[in-house]
Amino acid sequence: MRRLRWLWIPLVLLVIVLAAGWWLSQRYKQAPVSPEDPSIASLLKDPGVIAKGRYLAAAGDCVSCHTARSGEPYAGGRMLPTPFGNIPAPNITPDSETGIGQWTFNEFWRALHEGIGRTGEPLYPAFSYTSFTKVTRDDAIAIFAYLRSLPAVHQPNARLELRFPYNVRSTLTAWRAMYFKAGVYQPDASQSATWNRGAYLVQGLGHCNECHAARGAWGGLNSDTTLSGGRIPEQDWYAPDLSTQAHGGLQGWSRQDIIDGLKNGQAPKGVAIGPMADVVAHSTQHLHDEDLQAMADYLLSLPARATPKAVRTSFDSKPLADRGYTVYVERCADCHGKDGAGVAGTYPPLDGNVSVVEPTGVNATRVVLLGGFPPVTAGNPRPYSMPPYAQQLNDADVAAVVTYIRQAWSNHASAVQERDVAAYRHTPID
Amino acid sequence: MPQHNRRRRSWYVRRPYTSGMGTGGSSNLSMRLRWVLLFAGLFYCAVAYADPPTVPDTLQQRIAACTSCHGVHGEGSSGSGFFPRLAGKPAGYLVLQMQNFQHGLRKYAPMEYATRLLTHEYMHEIAEYFSAQQVPYERKPGPALASSALQRGEQLVTAGDLSLKIPPCQACHGKQLTGTEPSVPGLVGLPYDYISSQLGSWRTGTRASVAPDCMAEIANRLAPADISAVSAWLASRVVPVDTHPQPANAITPPLHCGVLQTSGSGQ
Repeated sequence: MRRLRWLWIPLVLLVIVLAAGWWLSQRYKQAPVSPEDPSIASLLKDPGVIAKGRYLAAAGDCVSCHTARSGEPYAGGRMLPTPFGNIPAPNITPDSETGIGQWTFNEFWRALHEGIGRTGEPLYPAFSYTSFTKVTRDDAIAIFAYLRSLPAVHQPNARLELRFPYNVRSTLTAWRAMYFKAGVYQPDASQSATWNRGAYLVQGLGHCNECHAARGAWGGLNSDTTLSGGRIPEQDWYAPDLSTQAHGGLQGWSRQDIIDGLKNGQAPKGVAIGPMADVVAHSTQHLHDEDLQAMADYLLSLPARATPKAVRTSFDSKPLADRGYTVYVERCADCHGKDGAGVAGTYPPLDGNVSVVEPTGVNATRVVLLGGFPPVTAGNPRPYSMPPYAQQLNDADVAAVVTYIRQAWSNHASAVQERDVAAYRHTPID
Repeated sequence: MPQHNRRRRSWYVRRPYTSGMGTGGSSNLSMRLRWVLLFAGLFYCAVAYADPPTVPDTLQQRIAACTSCHGVHGEGSSGSGFFPRLAGKPAGYLVLQMQNFQHGLRKYAPMEYATRLLTHEYMHEIAEYFSAQQVPYERKPGPALASSALQRGEQLVTAGDLSLKIPPCQACHGKQLTGTEPSVPGLVGLPYDYISSQLGSWRTGTRASVAPDCMAEIANRLAPADISAVSAWLASRVVPVDTHPQPANAITPPLHCGVLQTSGSGQ
């Protein structure tokens, strides 16, 4: 009997949690439909505004997240994997039941600018409002006009698959206090108009920093790591540092190299792979040259990075790299060259390539396993491709050849071990 | 593979000079020849040691991602039955399979990744290339099954099994089992491992097609022993001389098939 008394505590806690959950669920009931502000309503019908919105939606790459793999564009359904569970991207076509058909612009603005949903609920930052808050109101009107012009697709939104306690929306209040500050982009008067345009696109709609920076334990971004590279959680890719200056990930990239990379998906010093290939295909290849130049100007101004610490290894990687050399000569050197210089415009160099020497080794490992094509773009409509080696090389050989290319020529990156390769073999392709 | 073009390059360089020599006198000629040889030699060195390997500007070279497993002419992987033959299959079928991988209806990481961002135009070009290839079939031995199992396989392929609502393979894949234009693949010349693993994939949902997915229904009506039987019998067939798919509209599909965009008789 004495023991049973302790059962009180979990029971009472359970009741409290259930009551709190019910109360929270009641807070976000259906919002009433309010009429659109007449001055905005006329803009939403303006073909010029819609065309501008189409361009801006491409700059924001909205379609990549808001489209399921075999689904209708913008009808949602793609699951975004996070360390806290899966978050479905919602339907943003103008369907009145399942999409944004009943939204007013002000509700859209509040979502984009403040990260608050139509019923007043805080939104999960898988929707990158931490970046989109910098978008101007005029641009937001254009994007909203474009989305409202799309064909309505009736497709109910999937359920959140977040684990407790992350599935309790009120936890976001604390997260927002730590990591989010609303505010439209403020131009820097000491910089050129082009630079400011580039900063606006990169920091705002482009939401580059959402991948190209390391996230903390709670999935937040710190301002001191801006665009300095980060691992993309759950997807097993690394979005590299974007500084072109000393010790930067894109060290030595010229303005034109950046433009080529964003426009064609292929630049003299590297090729867009993984999620960046998607970004190029769906977003940056469609941007005007002036905007690409502006983005390049902004990226060129990112500061030099600290001298990297010498790579410490817990084991002697020389035998591994030696074995990798044999694999390299046999499988890779025909295209990438014994000197790792590649073939200009066709096969990327491996010497000094940021996808090869990024801190984790995940990018090179996955490219060796998957091979494939660079993004097919208007500027590169029939790209040369690379064989996948998932079937031809075992984990040890992949680890060896990746270690070799990370340490050959002028490269000085850490070794990759067999167990890492084994893990990346099973990363699903999303 | 990229090839060094040293010889061809130096030949190109010499040619215009030598053709212009006939106009000069003999001493002039030897002087000129010396200069020409000197420059040709220098150029040769430059080409030999500074020029990067030149890469053939061909589709074949561009699609190394495909040919490294499926063979340069789409003949399939020799030795293992894992990578199927692509040569001679209807182009429409090949495009459809690339799209299915792209959309995640078929699951295999390197194929899903390779097709992920291919445009419709590039996919068609690649499909046309493999569809046009004519290479001999390679026979790959299947398992030694009892003759009763092979008979069962033959029955399923040619007559089907009414009691299980399994239509004969021939109904769609052609009398000669060489497929039907534009999108039904041939079944002859495929290895046992490939056929049985595909039927298995249809049952487990790692291979699918546009709904209504008739092959998924049929695969689910087949018992595991039937899958072995039908795969073994198909793999044992001698490939006919003419392996072209039969013309479009030659079939009335017995089921609703999204792929064929026909209503069928709907059983």
